[in-house]
Amino acid sequence: MEMRAVYANCLAELMERDRHVCVLDADLAKASGTRGLYERFPDQMFDCGVAEQNMASIAAGLSSYGFRPWIESFTPFATRRICDQIAISIAYARRNVKIVGTDPGIAAELNGGTHMSMEDIGVLRSIPGLVIFEPADAVQLRAAMPVLNAYDGPVYMRLFRKELPDVFGADYRFELFRADTLREGRDLTIFVSGFLTKDALDAAVRLEAEGVDAEVVNIHTIKPIDRESVIASARRTGAVLTVENHSVIGGLRSAVLEALAEEKIPVCAVGVRDRFGEVGTLPYLREALGLTVENIVQTARKAVGLKD
Amino acid sequence: MYDLKEVCRDIRCDTLRCIGHLGVGHIGGCLSVVELLAVLYFEAMNIDPAQPKMAGRDRFICSKGHAGPAVYAALANRGYFDRTELLTLNRGGTQLPSHCDMNRTPGVDMTTGSLGQGFSCAVGVALGSKLERDGATIYTLIGDGESQEGQIWEAAMFAAAKKLDNLIAFTDYNKLQIDDTVAKVNDIAPLEKKWAAFGWNVIDVEDGNDAEQVSAAVKLAKRARGGGKPTMVILNTRKGCGVRWIEELGAGNHNCKLSEEQAEAAIRAIRGEG
Repeated sequence: MEMRAVYANCLAELMERDRHVCVLDADLAKASGTRGLYERFPDQMFDCGVAEQNMASIAAGLSSYGFRPWIESFTPFATRRICDQIAISIAYARRNVKIVGTDPGIAAELNGGTHMSMEDIGVLRSIPGLVIFEPADAVQLRAAMPVLNAYDGPVYMRLFRKELPDVFGADYRFELFRADTLREGRDLTIFVSGFLTKDALDAAVRLEAEGVDAEVVNIHTIKPIDRESVIASARRTGAVLTVENHSVIGGLRSAVLEALAEEKIPVCAVGVRDRFGEVGTLPYLREALGLTVENIVQTARKAVGLKD
Repeated sequence: MYDLKEVCRDIRCDTLRCIGHLGVGHIGGCLSVVELLAVLYFEAMNIDPAQPKMAGRDRFICSKGHAGPAVYAALANRGYFDRTELLTLNRGGTQLPSHCDMNRTPGVDMTTGSLGQGFSCAVGVALGSKLERDGATIYTLIGDGESQEGQIWEAAMFAAAKKLDNLIAFTDYNKLQIDDTVAKVNDIAPLEKKWAAFGWNVIDVEDGNDAEQVSAAVKLAKRARGGGKPTMVILNTRKGCGVRWIEELGAGNHNCKLSEEQAEAAIRAIRGEG
């Protein structure tokens, strides 16, 4: 099932249970997969039209009236474009608003560079009090939605819209603020978020064939990062690789580096190298921007090679 | 029943006193909205200072958040907190920051200060009240300079489209902004026609610093409820109203110095004592 369908189903369940849960769109309900909910929840679904700033502040106002608004748009419009509304109307005012950015990073594919956000995590991570979450698959998304909804404070979620292979099993138990170790290893730790999690696992299999035993840790909550788990795993393996569908400036790599600032452990990164996106299919963009299993394997080798 | 003129004097004098005590502040745009604050907090709004979070209360969102000091003077005089607290304005650790903060000040309904945002928040609050069917009236105040923000017009469009007739907004049309007159910087005229074109009821108040005129306009706006349109009350005001030398600073009075002595002299003059 597409991630956006899972997301929409979860929202429907939350709205069914609580009439104060509501969703605001900026003319992208169809893209977010929530257009179909308008008929079923006429008093909980609101389309603001192409006016993201207004959407964000209206949500803040609704939250002051006891509502739990979710606002959604393509990632750059849900983050960069409304950065001050998120900072002031939502975070500074401590409003209970959930912000959903769809098609993060190269997932924007054929919409191209204008619709491709490589810096949203970096921008929002510097705003105090905002939780930043990125699901790796539908299992994790499904488990997280009620937790995020119940969390009393602002949350930003990066949502890949299309179908993703499951990396978590049916017995998965989600804990906000707690990283998930998907695979244990001795030689290096791969910290990964979002849709590249499956690729990190595939890379670990290839590395194993070469005799490199990689640990794979999914960081679903990038802020606040599970510092304890990051440090513990990095100390155990002695080498780190971060993998993200985002700029290497400001995102997962930066968060991991901050956590490891006082450790003498090499940290290498797979991510977007300080450049804008461009138009293309996902396979093309993976190659063009270096977000491939092959690049993960190569960079992992480099990280292991940097160990003392 | 309160004597509005007396209330206006009290709010104006307390605003001058707390800014004078600090030595600097957003004097002009505080003094221009005193009459509105008096009418709202002492006549129009269904509120209870003993229960600042009372469900179903009327709300006031001061989108031009820099009028915080005047709002605090109104709240203190209405009994939300002690008037002596006004002298803590902008001191470290105060609950009275220069711009309105819902998490710090009893009676403040929204955090504002980044212009344009409070107005959208007010629209969200009005939508919330409609959904709750609690019958509250949501009041909000924007500045004329603030009306240059695109977000104001996004919210204007939305409020009309959603028929939020429980929303009564005010423009503090004092014709001045930080850099110069509004007309010279980036003119917003014809304001009445703009709001009407956006689907709002528009009420023009010739003298927004005449409490009786403001009171009559608010009553008129309240009667428009049920008509399916939000209302914009354009208050033609004087920035720095009530203290001649401050008024004469023109655009220079947006954020200016005021000594304790100057404040006391102005207060004596307002009270007819000297």
